[in-house]
Amino acid sequence: MSFVFWILAAITVAGGLAAVTLKNTVHCALALTAAFAGLALMFLELDAQFAGFAQILVYIGAVAILLVFAILLTRGAEEKTEKSVFSRTWFTGLVIAAAVFAVLAWAVLHSGAALPDHAGLPGPAPQVTVAQIGNALMGRYVLPLEIVALLLTAAMIGAVLVAMHEKGEPK
Amino acid sequence: MANTLDQIFVLLKHWIMGLFPSALQPIVGVLLSVVAIVAVFPGLFALTTVLERKGLGRMQNRIGPNRVGPFGIFQPIADGIKSLTKEDIIPVSADAVVHFIAPLVLVVAVFMGFAVLPMGRNMQLVDMDAGLLFFFAIGASTEVSIFMAGWSSRNKYSLLGAMRAVAQMISYEVPLLMSSVAIVMITGSLSLVKIVEAQNQYTWGLPHWYIFTPWGFAGFVMFCIAATAETNRSPFDLPEGESELVAGYFTEYSGFKFALFFLGEYLGMFSISGLGSTLFLGGWSAPLQVLQFVPSWIWFFSKVMLSIVVLIWIRGTLPRLRQDQLMNLAWKFVLPMTLLNLFVAALWRFMGEGWLRWIVCSAILIAVYVIAGRIGMRRGDFGPRTYRYAE
Amino acid sequence: MSFLLVAAVLFAIGLAGALTRRNAILVLIGIELMLNAANLNLVAFWRYGPHPEALTGMMFAVFSIAVAAAEAAVGLGLVIAIYRHARTVDLDEINRMKG
Repeated sequence: MSFVFWILAAITVAGGLAAVTLKNTVHCALALTAAFAGLALMFLELDAQFAGFAQILVYIGAVAILLVFAILLTRGAEEKTEKSVFSRTWFTGLVIAAAVFAVLAWAVLHSGAALPDHAGLPGPAPQVTVAQIGNALMGRYVLPLEIVALLLTAAMIGAVLVAMHEKGEPK
Repeated sequence: MANTLDQIFVLLKHWIMGLFPSALQPIVGVLLSVVAIVAVFPGLFALTTVLERKGLGRMQNRIGPNRVGPFGIFQPIADGIKSLTKEDIIPVSADAVVHFIAPLVLVVAVFMGFAVLPMGRNMQLVDMDAGLLFFFAIGASTEVSIFMAGWSSRNKYSLLGAMRAVAQMISYEVPLLMSSVAIVMITGSLSLVKIVEAQNQYTWGLPHWYIFTPWGFAGFVMFCIAATAETNRSPFDLPEGESELVAGYFTEYSGFKFALFFLGEYLGMFSISGLGSTLFLGGWSAPLQVLQFVPSWIWFFSKVMLSIVVLIWIRGTLPRLRQDQLMNLAWKFVLPMTLLNLFVAALWRFMGEGWLRWIVCSAILIAVYVIAGRIGMRRGDFGPRTYRYAE
Repeated sequence: MSFLLVAAVLFAIGLAGALTRRNAILVLIGIELMLNAANLNLVAFWRYGPHPEALTGMMFAVFSIAVAAAEAAVGLGLVIAIYRHARTVDLDEINRMKG
């Protein structure tokens, strides 16, 4: 497609590859941040501005930092040279991933026959204003909104409880 | 005449754009605006470094730098030459790639934040529909660069400073966002241009700035606290405290990279002052209706410089907060107050025009502040004071 | 359609990472990559689909971002709790249910 799209796709896929193959865990987290940024830009390319900015704010601003904190707290950043970074069962995992990719790619490439004629061509870019998103959130999607709020509260309380120091245990 | 002076930069830009073929015109227009931002704000940064050192010096009963020019005005040139020619030392065990990228990410992220600020009538780089969200998203990305700087130096103190800085920035991001949400709610739009235009109306000659409303004033106070903490300025500058932690997360940086960090921090200060002026102080609108002949960009920049002067003043005056005091302030005081502020703003809108809503909203805010403040101040009883003399 | 291919590639990379690395946190990184790939799919289908003004795809993606953030927080809390108990995050060594 367009030139910008290929650059963004290259950044995202390279970031993803680096995130799962690098030896140093903190480097993996930073490569993941680059992949998130590439994805946010792809959202912007798809005219989904709200999703793109939410992706930057939530993923890069919070999830990436959370990952980095967890890596530092669990001493994942120290160099361990005697064992490989891949698990014993790495070959099976790779085969499964390749199989899944093959199925997905086949589905994507062969789906042209199943869709109606006008699919695959970009329609006019939807002019999504934030007012429309607000109306949608409060009108059509109010139930998912409330459930997500409940879920976030439960997740917050759960994370604090799980990671809290128990009484009497040495820190 | 006044209108021409007001729009002089826009007219200049359109004239230069007109010199190019029409296919290139959008790119040239954007490039011109970008060049203007990249030229103006580092210039202001240079001015601010002198202002800060002389101002702090006077507050501490000493003269600031006064050698380089008359009253030390050319000090930034000397500073610039020094940082460009200093040797760039990278520690042997440092992570070279991440160490190199960290200041770049910071400066890029901070410059991107200037794209949505309306610096005058029709003088913003991009009029985005979700401009405020873009600004906050970019502000969240600066935390990653601070962490990268602290971690890649392989230095205990740098890492400690970076962790503290990131924790502080994350905790104060929520009050910053929540105090802006009240503004968004009343205006009905996330676009900064529309927020300024909504404040550009006058009643009896006085403007409709949001700071003159009870919830706007409380929101402005909380925005200031959160903004000072977001940019790691005193009294929240424990991560980079010069007497505490060597220099915190940029201990191992020297030469030009240190200058880049310094630039990034001050530009962050400018952009968040710009946002505060846009949201609460009316952006480019004049204070009194009679003063509207003064160009709009003069008002914007004077409001930003006023905020900078107040920030420098606060730095010279207040003592530093300890890390746990800082976090307590964020989560236990500022955040509940911002939620209450949101509720009060909704009440304001719901009650309709009139004098009643002023009284009710102010009463709620003042009452809660006094009660929460009194309860918060009541710590355990202090024992009798003991004295120990050196014998 | 190239968006869908990129999403499929990312999903496969995330899956490979989640299945082959030893460190528990890298498994979580793989899971985050998979969620992101699914989000990209959602937004791509929304944009090129029949009714973009219903905002369904983008809303779904935003909710998915929120849920993924919550799940990352809980997952990392679990990893920290396990580290505190077993002193390691190596998944090949934590293979006994008896603690």
